[in-house]
Amino acid sequence: MSSSAVIKDQDLVRGRAAQQSPRPKGPRSAAAREERRLPWYHALVTAGIALALSVVILAGVQALVGLLPEDQQVNLVGRDFSPFSLASVLVFGYVLHLAVAYVYSRLREGRRWAMDRVVTLVVTGAFVIAMIPLVSLLAEVVARGLPRLLTPGFLTGTMQGFTGGADGGGILHAIVGTVLITLGASIISIPIGLFTAVFLVEYSKTGVKRMLGRGVTFLVDVMTGIPSIVAGLFALALFITITNDPGIRSGLMGSVALSLLMIPTVVRSSEEMIRLVPHDLREAALALGVPRWIVTVRVVLRTAIAGLTTSVTLAVARVIGETAPLMFTIGGLTLLNANLFEGRMAALPLVINGQYAAGAAPCSGDTVINYFTRAEYACNTGINLERAWATALTLIILVMVLNVVARLVSYYFAPKTGR
Amino acid sequence: MSLPIEIEDLNVFYGDFRAVDGVSMTIAPNSVTALIGPSGCGKSTFLRTLNRMHEVIPGAYAEGTVKIDGQNIYGPGVDPVNVRRRVGMVFQKPNPFPTMSIAENVLAGVKLNNKRVSRAEADQIVEVSLRGANLWEEVKNRLNKPGGGLSGGQQQRLCIARTIAVKPEVVLMDEPASALDPISTLAIEDLIGELKKDYTIVIVTHNMQQAARVSDKTGFFNIAGTGTPGKLIEYDDTNTIFNSPANKQTEDYVSGRFG
Amino acid sequence: MTTTSPQKTNRTPVRLGDRIFTSLSVGSGLLIFAALLAVFLFLLAQSWDAIRASTEVMGQSGEFSLAEFVGPLVFGTVLAAGLALVMAVPVAVGIALFISHFAPRKLATPIGYVVDLLAAVPSVVFGLWGGVWLVPKLEPAFRFLHESLFTRWFPMFQGSDQEVTSPMRNVLAAAVVLAVMILPIITAVSREVFLQVPRLNEEAALALGATRWEMIRTVVLPFGRSGVVSASMLGLGRALGETMAVLMVMAPGLTYTLHVLAVGQHSTIASYIAAQNAESTGLDMSKLIFAGLVLFVITFIINFIARAIVSASSKK
Repeated sequence: MSSSAVIKDQDLVRGRAAQQSPRPKGPRSAAAREERRLPWYHALVTAGIALALSVVILAGVQALVGLLPEDQQVNLVGRDFSPFSLASVLVFGYVLHLAVAYVYSRLREGRRWAMDRVVTLVVTGAFVIAMIPLVSLLAEVVARGLPRLLTPGFLTGTMQGFTGGADGGGILHAIVGTVLITLGASIISIPIGLFTAVFLVEYSKTGVKRMLGRGVTFLVDVMTGIPSIVAGLFALALFITITNDPGIRSGLMGSVALSLLMIPTVVRSSEEMIRLVPHDLREAALALGVPRWIVTVRVVLRTAIAGLTTSVTLAVARVIGETAPLMFTIGGLTLLNANLFEGRMAALPLVINGQYAAGAAPCSGDTVINYFTRAEYACNTGINLERAWATALTLIILVMVLNVVARLVSYYFAPKTGR
Repeated sequence: MSLPIEIEDLNVFYGDFRAVDGVSMTIAPNSVTALIGPSGCGKSTFLRTLNRMHEVIPGAYAEGTVKIDGQNIYGPGVDPVNVRRRVGMVFQKPNPFPTMSIAENVLAGVKLNNKRVSRAEADQIVEVSLRGANLWEEVKNRLNKPGGGLSGGQQQRLCIARTIAVKPEVVLMDEPASALDPISTLAIEDLIGELKKDYTIVIVTHNMQQAARVSDKTGFFNIAGTGTPGKLIEYDDTNTIFNSPANKQTEDYVSGRFG
Repeated sequence: MTTTSPQKTNRTPVRLGDRIFTSLSVGSGLLIFAALLAVFLFLLAQSWDAIRASTEVMGQSGEFSLAEFVGPLVFGTVLAAGLALVMAVPVAVGIALFISHFAPRKLATPIGYVVDLLAAVPSVVFGLWGGVWLVPKLEPAFRFLHESLFTRWFPMFQGSDQEVTSPMRNVLAAAVVLAVMILPIITAVSREVFLQVPRLNEEAALALGATRWEMIRTVVLPFGRSGVVSASMLGLGRALGETMAVLMVMAPGLTYTLHVLAVGQHSTIASYIAAQNAESTGLDMSKLIFAGLVLFVITFIINFIARAIVSASSKK
């Protein structure tokens, strides 16, 4: 991209003629410039006009459609669709705003600036659109999940003996499972990931190793795109091949599946952190007669430790919510199993999926008996979804805590210069 | 410490490119030798071959012999790590370890090599080395503060203290004052004069006044053109080099008439 | 390092610590190769039974056709991911431009964080949100597309009234959730590319009196085109392999229809595998693993191309 290509653009040449200097100094040209570009609050004016127009038009359409015979209505807007609602007013208003702002700006600022205004609106709109799912998701999860999460026993009990609509049960078994399985995945991934990153930065500089390094970098990138369910199937296929037992399930299998997803994240982010360590420090230590591997461990990794902690924490946060890799590997369980190496286990994401899939619970009577504890519980048809939302909230809190911890670590424990 | 450094027919390569060609010289013990010459003439590369630090650069290797105390550091079975313990190096940019305090920085060479030292010994090493680097008075009250908090000149003297803490025989300095202000430069130059009592010093510098001020002998390196190897043109007493050089190129360079 | 430089005169001894450490790090690098190869080989090994029993290999005496089995799944996967991409890319590029060139300097970083937050939400939570909250919210819009004048112009919104029915757990709803989920990665990669545009070129355009949009059209977009393409392919790779959101939002079916509003007509490979009883054994499990192998190969190729584009453009 050369800048000469830029100049060719007709508009730009004209723009230069229209504005001799980019920052006019004299009072007259300054005034001319002011007139040319309107202050931001004019956007409020155009937004107001657009919104009012949207209300009027949609209400008008609503009224007109109402006048039509029934079958004609269906042909125009469909059976149950009501043109006049908050959502449609906002959406239509936004589209109208693009047109209104264009016309308004074209009249007062000129065609080129009008286009600029429209693009600014479009781009800002894109951001707002992306915020709708985020905000609504967080709001829904908190609103629907918090009551159940705060119910006594939810975080300290398990699902042992709970059936039907019994208004109780907890997720302790899943919390323990998630923590252990993720821990297992970290124990597998962190050394491999760190050593690979060290290899990429410190040891892949010449000859065959250089080629190998290129290949590893590329494959690690490709590996980040492995579908999570494939990771689960891989762990299953691996363990079936080893044990020859098609029904084998264990927490360790889940850890192996998760580590396949975690390794590339650890490699990429720690590679970046290790590269940030100045080359000077390695030379300084080598010149003191320190063997290379000690330089790597005690100078390079030591200097990058804050960044490494951050990247590992983020990698953990990324895999802790993975569901698909666990479906075929840990099996799921309603009671507590803290042994990673034997037997099925539970995990938070699996609980969410399981409770969601169970849907509304049948209630034949007012109460349900827990067949394990023999305790009596009220019947609640919505209990499964309540548990799903509360578990989702638990999981999100876990992920957010990990993210915040990661940021705090990199903020507070970065090497201090003392300046 | 009493024997000279003898360099015979040393060639340095970066891959296929010959960077330094056939250098032979003898460096007297407890002296300061300055290496001068235009940019890219191979003097820094040559300096690095004296403690095999050039091997850190991918693809770089050297041929020839460098004898320190009579032992060829390129001989078979010689561990570059041991060479570097005997031949310390100070770099252009001060580079204290950011994760370590001032005292830890001084002890870095000792600690990183997993040598066990008692607390008293460690304190002793820190004080002696910092005194040796003329830094003790300035930092004795904040030995546990990070080394990065010092001024540039102080950081460079901290790096010198760190280098002499491992008790080398030779100290190599690669433009040690070029990143510093004039006052810090002066402090470093004074220090070099004191250090030569205990160490053999080889210094690469772009500053000819500096070479004239601090060194006993001076070597002038030059290249015939870009892409050609650097050669040692003339090596003699500093006085001779700066006042009555034998070679025309040297004369042109030291008198500032260099192309 | 000291060990690798081609010492012509002699060989230097290597310290034990260095030797162990070098082997460990080189070994880890090799392990990455091995892991990818292992994924392929173990999936192949466990799907071997299904491949051997298929009509493609056995002819008439085969028990089932793998092509007929995988065909609708691949179709559904590509359809869902394609729809998601069509929705996500314009929005993501818009956000990326917003962050890199439109938002006030102080706001750009926090806005980037907020978009990254979307990436931090576990997919199962997206599935829950999509299945419980989003599907009913989309229903009026889907009805409008299906029943209004639009449906005549866009055949993809057609379908019999038995198919397009409440709850609207159709492929378009799943694609909306997928689009939200791949938004962060497309945004992040595009944003990086837009930020790499040489400042001088941008300033040259602005100094000539260009508006911000003209500068973006003439400088930023041409520079960032390959970046956006590869970002989209990375997003596509994610969308192809995403399991939970599709599983929890879409009612499954196995047809080749393009009617995106029809409920219970499509499945993706990942969601089909997950929906099958995880306890299946023998040939059934072997077929599932074969489907997983197909998915692995497809996403591998897509990611391979995307990464090749990225590294080719970064070398420029």
